[in-house]
Amino acid sequence: MSNRLAGCLLLLAISPAATAADYVAIPAGRFVSALAIDGSASRIAIKPFTMRAEPVTNAEYLTFVSKYPQWQRGRVSPLFAGPQYLAAWQGPLILGAAAQQQPVTNVSWFAARAFCANEHARLPSWYEWEYVSAADGTHRDARQDQARNQTLLSAILASNGERPGVIGQHHANFYGLRDLNQLLWEWTGDYAAMFPNADSRVAGGGALLALCGGSALAFEDKNQYALMMRVAALTALKPADDAPRVGFRCVRDLPGK
Amino acid sequence: MSRLLPSLLAAAGLLAITAYIGSSAYAAHSAGSINGSTTVTGDFGPPQGPPIEEKLVAPPGVPAPIHRDHPARVIVRLETQEVVKEIADGVRYNFWTFNGTTPGPLIRVRQGDTVELHLKNDPNSHMAHNIDLHAVMGPGGGAASTVTPPGHESVFTFKALRSGTFIYHCATAPVPMHIANGMYGVIEVEPPEGLPKVDHEYYVTQGDFYTTGTYHEPGLQSFDMQKMLLEQPTYVLFNGREGSLTGANALTSNVGDTVRLFVGNGGPNLVSSFHVIGGIFDNANVEGGTLINHNVQTTLVPAGGTTMVELSTPVPGTLLLVDHSIARAFMQGALGEIKVSGPPQPAIYNKVSSGPVSGAAEPVAVVAEVSNANSAMADGKRVFTQICSACHQGNAMGLPGAFPPLAMSDYLNADPKRAIGIVLNGLSGKITVNSTGYESVMPAQGPNLNDEEIANVLTYVLNNFNNKGGSISPAEVKAVRAGGKPN
Repeated sequence: MSNRLAGCLLLLAISPAATAADYVAIPAGRFVSALAIDGSASRIAIKPFTMRAEPVTNAEYLTFVSKYPQWQRGRVSPLFAGPQYLAAWQGPLILGAAAQQQPVTNVSWFAARAFCANEHARLPSWYEWEYVSAADGTHRDARQDQARNQTLLSAILASNGERPGVIGQHHANFYGLRDLNQLLWEWTGDYAAMFPNADSRVAGGGALLALCGGSALAFEDKNQYALMMRVAALTALKPADDAPRVGFRCVRDLPGK
Repeated sequence: MSRLLPSLLAAAGLLAITAYIGSSAYAAHSAGSINGSTTVTGDFGPPQGPPIEEKLVAPPGVPAPIHRDHPARVIVRLETQEVVKEIADGVRYNFWTFNGTTPGPLIRVRQGDTVELHLKNDPNSHMAHNIDLHAVMGPGGGAASTVTPPGHESVFTFKALRSGTFIYHCATAPVPMHIANGMYGVIEVEPPEGLPKVDHEYYVTQGDFYTTGTYHEPGLQSFDMQKMLLEQPTYVLFNGREGSLTGANALTSNVGDTVRLFVGNGGPNLVSSFHVIGGIFDNANVEGGTLINHNVQTTLVPAGGTTMVELSTPVPGTLLLVDHSIARAFMQGALGEIKVSGPPQPAIYNKVSSGPVSGAAEPVAVVAEVSNANSAMADGKRVFTQICSACHQGNAMGLPGAFPPLAMSDYLNADPKRAIGIVLNGLSGKITVNSTGYESVMPAQGPNLNDEEIANVLTYVLNNFNNKGGSISPAEVKAVRAGGKPN
């Protein structure tokens, strides 16, 4: 295991597109998702992967669009990004009031995916993201801690109307990851498929959550309000949409896993 | 199996005939298909004339009644906004709203109208929002068609096929939280002939709120999920703020006028026992539907339901709007006022006696020589127990953060005569009692108590609970009462 991991890290180090971004190793594991996929609790097996310790920042995204003009504001295809793409920036290549160390937001799913691909990574799957977000500072799964759940909820509510603050201000969690739960919503690669169908009589996915009663069926663990808010916020978006509080981080597969 | 099939077909045919007969017998409530287009009760055909922009007003205001004899296309524009506002004096809360207010504006259309609903979501919102209108016949009440991320707009249309008073609310996950944060309002679908004329129309919506801090704990309060699950609200409020319908914000009427209230209950949890103290509902539309009950004292308003009530205000004075699950009115904020102006109507309501009820409260065996002072003190104790102790507590120690103490009260002892005006007219705003700040609302007792009772209760309090003693005479109370409302 440690040999393989070392090999992987070596590979990252020599990869030409690799940035200074810090990826941390996430061990394999099993957990029960709060979502009720197919109408019941799902025990999910997670393969090991590595994940950016922090969300992608404005500074990092500026480097990316400087190198790839097709992702600059004003030049990006409207198929891949909406009119509010990078709206907080002063210009296509000028951050202005947007702080370097703030997470980049107002980026579409397409743009986030392109950024990750450029550093030989991908967006996490929902389950990968949920798996690591279940942790607190000392436990891999702290989701039954009601005080922790209320703290997450209150932190989200307290930041009403503001853009996310700068990264790295909170303690890292069990895995060494920061800013997973309180700062912003993050794209996942499969977000659009998050609700395949809890009711097989209803054609099409996704719409179920939109109904008042539907969302009660869609969550196995109904106490995870911070998580529900995140799922609701993400599933309302189309892949070319963006929002002031939606950013992302990338993950990498471990070779041979 | 082959024998079974024909009989099944025959049975099916019989059912079809029965269904046909049924539908013609109940044509008024049936749906049928003519040349591919569906006809439905309440559908008066396509909208006529140019589209109408709905003029929305902030609660407790209500858009003007509709005087139209044809269905129209009505454009309604709502914007979901997440705003920090006061939920009580000095207490702030992060409300999720339609158009910045809890409740959202009352939407008023005519049965048969086609409503073109535009739902915008403020770019600064955290959350996606949508709208589920109980006036809609269709999946999710419109929710599925209106999931709107921040900075986006959704549009959907529906035909208002049924008249009545209906709730609308946000139905985005987590739904209980969106509702608990104030995302609801009322849509009134008038019957084709309109509503009977009244002199005043107001819009009142009840909701229960769950804050991390206790009742009246100052500062910005967060939503408390556990309290919501336990259905133990911190506040139960009309129109999203304690005091939104009292004092300067009270609803008004005149002697001899009629008042209509569109009453909603957003919940998320509590059922309201809606009552107007000092009034009787001439008409109460049961659960907001077409069944009208008369001469009702208290009417239930389900969570996610409504009522529409009409009452007459024949005498001057203040009527109180309450949830008659009465602790909510006195301990959690569910209190509003209708102030009725005009000349006294002694033939209808008149206070006749104003003396102590000697012998009535005590058995006849009372010692004949009970002094006036003693009976005054006994009456004062009665008034204190019946009225004052509800808030100031039986031991007069008050409740920290909510109700100031009357016991060992520096505020009371510093100026006992000041207390006359407070009991008569009520008190709101900041005061400091025994070095502790209080900011709450004491309702006026002047309309409830006569001069003698007020004098008695003040004298009782001054001479008990380790206060400094002293006495207040009925004449002093009378003088303050005659002097109007000193501030």
